Amino acid sequence: MPSMVSWRLRGGAQRVRYRYVHQPNWGKIPVKAPPFAYVRATSLDQVFDLKAQHGDDARILAGGQSLMAMLNLRLDAPELLIDINGLDALKGIDEDGDAVVIGGLTRHVELERSALVATHLPLIAEAMPNIAHPAIRNRGTIGGSIALADPAAELPACVVALDAEIKLVSGAGERTVKAREFFHGLYDTARNDDELVAAVRVPKSPVSRRYFFSEITPRRGDFASAGLAATVEIDGDTMSDLTLVFFGLAGRPILAARTGDAASGAALTGDIDQIIGQVHAVLDEELETQADLHSSAKMKSHLARVLTKRALTQFAAGRS
Amino acid sequence: MTAPDNNEGGLSVLDRPNSYIGRTVPRPNAKRLIAGRGTFVDDIKLPRMLHLAFLRSPYAHAKIEGIDSDEAKSMPGVIGVFTGKDLIDHCTSWQGVLTHLAGLKSAPQSALAVEKASWQGEAVVAVVATSRALAEDAIEHIIVDFKDLPVVLDMETALDPATPVIHPELGDNLTWTREVVGGDVEAAFSNATHIVEETFRFSRHTGVTLEPRGLVADFDPVERKMTVYHSGQAPHMMQAIFAKHVDLPEADVRVICKDIGGSFGIKVHTYGDEMATVAIAKILGRPVKFIADRVESFTADIHSRDHKVTARMAVDAEGKILGYELDDLTGVGPYSMYPRTSAIEANQVISLSGGQYDFENYRAKATVVYQNKAMMCQYRAVGHPIATAVSEGMADLAAAATGLDPLEFRRRNLVADDAYPKTSAAGAPMDDLSHHACLDKMVTMMDYDAVRADRTAARAQGKIRGIGFASFIEVGSPSPLFYGTGGARISAQDGATLRLEPQGTVTVSIGVTEQGQGTEAIIAQIAATAVGVAIENVRVKTGDTDNSPYGGGTWGSRGAGIGGEATLQAGKVLRQNILHVAGAVLQTGPDTLDILDGAVVDKQGGAERITLADLGAQVHFRTGELPNDLQPEFVATQHYRVKGQPFVLTNGIQASYLDIDPETGGVTLLKHWVVEDCGTVINPQLVDEQIRGGVVQGIGGVLFEECLYDEDGNFISATMADYLVPMAAEMPDIEIAHVETPTSTSELGAKGAGEAGTGGAPAAIMNAVNDALAPHKARVTTHPITPERVLRALGVI
Repeated sequence: MPSMVSWRLRGGAQRVRYRYVHQPNWGKIPVKAPPFAYVRATSLDQVFDLKAQHGDDARILAGGQSLMAMLNLRLDAPELLIDINGLDALKGIDEDGDAVVIGGLTRHVELERSALVATHLPLIAEAMPNIAHPAIRNRGTIGGSIALADPAAELPACVVALDAEIKLVSGAGERTVKAREFFHGLYDTARNDDELVAAVRVPKSPVSRRYFFSEITPRRGDFASAGLAATVEIDGDTMSDLTLVFFGLAGRPILAARTGDAASGAALTGDIDQIIGQVHAVLDEELETQADLHSSAKMKSHLARVLTKRALTQFAAGRS
Repeated sequence: MTAPDNNEGGLSVLDRPNSYIGRTVPRPNAKRLIAGRGTFVDDIKLPRMLHLAFLRSPYAHAKIEGIDSDEAKSMPGVIGVFTGKDLIDHCTSWQGVLTHLAGLKSAPQSALAVEKASWQGEAVVAVVATSRALAEDAIEHIIVDFKDLPVVLDMETALDPATPVIHPELGDNLTWTREVVGGDVEAAFSNATHIVEETFRFSRHTGVTLEPRGLVADFDPVERKMTVYHSGQAPHMMQAIFAKHVDLPEADVRVICKDIGGSFGIKVHTYGDEMATVAIAKILGRPVKFIADRVESFTADIHSRDHKVTARMAVDAEGKILGYELDDLTGVGPYSMYPRTSAIEANQVISLSGGQYDFENYRAKATVVYQNKAMMCQYRAVGHPIATAVSEGMADLAAAATGLDPLEFRRRNLVADDAYPKTSAAGAPMDDLSHHACLDKMVTMMDYDAVRADRTAARAQGKIRGIGFASFIEVGSPSPLFYGTGGARISAQDGATLRLEPQGTVTVSIGVTEQGQGTEAIIAQIAATAVGVAIENVRVKTGDTDNSPYGGGTWGSRGAGIGGEATLQAGKVLRQNILHVAGAVLQTGPDTLDILDGAVVDKQGGAERITLADLGAQVHFRTGELPNDLQPEFVATQHYRVKGQPFVLTNGIQASYLDIDPETGGVTLLKHWVVEDCGTVINPQLVDEQIRGGVVQGIGGVLFEECLYDEDGNFISATMADYLVPMAAEMPDIEIAHVETPTSTSELGAKGAGEAGTGGAPAAIMNAVNDALAPHKARVTTHPITPERVLRALGVI
């Protein structure tokens, strides 16, 4: 999961600076986590009980690719870590009718190597190698990625693009939130603090659907300066239901619905540049980007146009 | 077997039949390190050892009005809390000035900030506890009453009257300035056919060693002896500094450098946090460990580069350089680093610029200023990336103005290979260089015509593709004129002691050190060659002031040039000593004998007479069999320094071939070539590894790395996710070839090779970028050349 150090890159950097500037007694630069208690949970009920008992003082430890870094940087100081890695109920990739259900504890590497994902969720299959580096993919989980909601993370963008549902569980029961309603802002989601991301239910992709996934990074494996997960239906030469979900541009994955609608119905014949131009015009109005350390907002807007052009070019080249 | 012809037979010692010089032999320490059996500082655990953590200044500039550490002192495991005031009487302050850098001024600096903190990350309070985690816990309960002061960040306005002065006692923010003038620049420019001008900017970098800085200081209050296990590259220099500032005789301070995980010049300076560790160990009489974490490394290790250079070059109608002038401005943080000072990089820029070219009229000015950022000092290839990028950037501009191919321009201007000895326009003594031979070899190696044809074809397909070159000179093997003459206790001389052991093996103790680059391997090769034993029978010991001959350590590309020569000379003496004894034992003249592969042999015919193991046993255990008037001396020590000149120069040329994505601005390196002349190549693989590693650090500098500060002086790229070092996926194939022009200053003939890659790569890549952009009427001269800077140059955003 690329979120490992992104706290320092975006929200984290803000927080560090906040603490530096506004709490001058906090001048230290830490490397060791503050003290915490640790429980390796053996059941979901135990997790719920502990959460009920400790509330915001307890954190859920899944793949640890973000949480451990945050603890070592002392950006977070929970009293208790509840390790859910032993909970088999949260693991696995299964077919369920017209959907694929992915357990929250499923590691990125498992998605990357899954035949089910390759067959039914080609967008996710294409996205996986872009997530950080192999060592991180070995530990990071889909539930962790979605719960943290790093703005540059790949899987939140994919589940929004694929119109997935996110199953949340807590002591009070379970509920389902559509991915498109889940991500609210920078590290801000519909998940309540006492809820776990138990699973993600992703509709199987029809074979007629086309996919595009690409991201532009400073170095291989870095957080994306800009990324795009896109899907489209192509009937003959005509596009419909163009779905463009950008990530790394602002606080959360952005579904560019107006742009997608505007392009739907366009024919991918003739002057593709003209279609791209029309799409760009809508996109420029619809997208709002925010700078990060290495790219200005203007650069990000430009990269969004580049990715959109590449997606449409690929769709046009691959039309049946 | 043919008997060896020794020196007197016409062959040099390097050509002895059992020579290891010029051969790739495995590094003796590689297997141990790969097996995880290395001993880095953090691996050292001593009884009763304590751990240090620092509260560091969150402000770039702030007055310390009070420190309340009462609560921290009562925290679990806390042994002591020390402020800057607490350490004043235990560690004297220092000033980073040298007398030969006239006018250089710096404020006194203490181990911990006392009255005020002057950069974000400066150590303010030290907490000693039974673990690092407990020390960090306690730090959260210390309240420092900081009152923020106005910050000075921009080097371009640091000297403005309106800008606050960081250290009022210095009068202004000027660190040092120097002007170098050669010939008549005004006349040269007035006679020019073409004059080209450009401004170059270089961001701040830091060295990013794999193993961070760290030390364990262990003071024995009974014998009053201090032992410091140090992740460093100059143990004797640190011995002198620790001794001076914590008030101990040098002889009672022992500095031990075991395995070092990279240094790159980062670990050859005096850091307040390390001085505090040593002082606190002395106060407590217990071992104290401090290991910098990665964020501390970014904010407290030295930085480098951060230059702005404006340059002008005048050429005649044929493209001959008539005159060259430049102004270099650099900001070095709030103090000049001790003891090497923060003026050296700018001095290198004005001393080296244009040194590859044959011209006489030169003017260069360096201005070094203070600012509230991390301190700057010498990092790999000090000044070279700037001097080379500016000079080679100007060369390409002048070539374009004259209508010459970049290589043809260089052919017309590079100093001729037979012109030496010669003094450069900047006054640098030059000898034994080979610019034209290197250029010719480059043309062949890269197949320049084919690459050019490929570029043409690629451009026809809409690619933005370019080729860039950089000819360069490189300073190595610094002499006493570099630091010692200015008052620093930094040895430019190194000693090697070679000992023949009873079983016929040779033990080498030497002052130069191993930081991962393979120093111990090449010293073993030279010792084996000089004495006449198999390399498996040589043991090399480095990095222990109690046991190594006095020396400077390894920095400034001096390991092979200086340590290697000392080893060669000591090996020759030991061989003669052995042959003297063997002659007596064998009742023959020593000059009829030689040593080959661990045995004394007849010089004529090569017949084995006695093995070194037998001779060793006889000398050590059956000494009674020897004549009474023969006293065997199986230990030989020789020292070596570069004499009469400040350094030994090397040279080379690099070429880069790359693509630029017109849409994203991203640079893809397709290929990189280096032809380098480091004189005698001792171990080709190690030299090539040094150069490749150096090129990668150069790639980092020109395309990725940047210490970013915000408007308040907060360091905002202080993690490995934000400070972008190139990784495997960003590296092109790097092809390397050598021209060998041995230095005439030594018998070994080896020069430095550690800085060439880093010094030349940024220039070659920048020139390739600008060659690629030229058809699009765009240029980028700000490093790092980021995608956004490329797109702005292209007018895309």
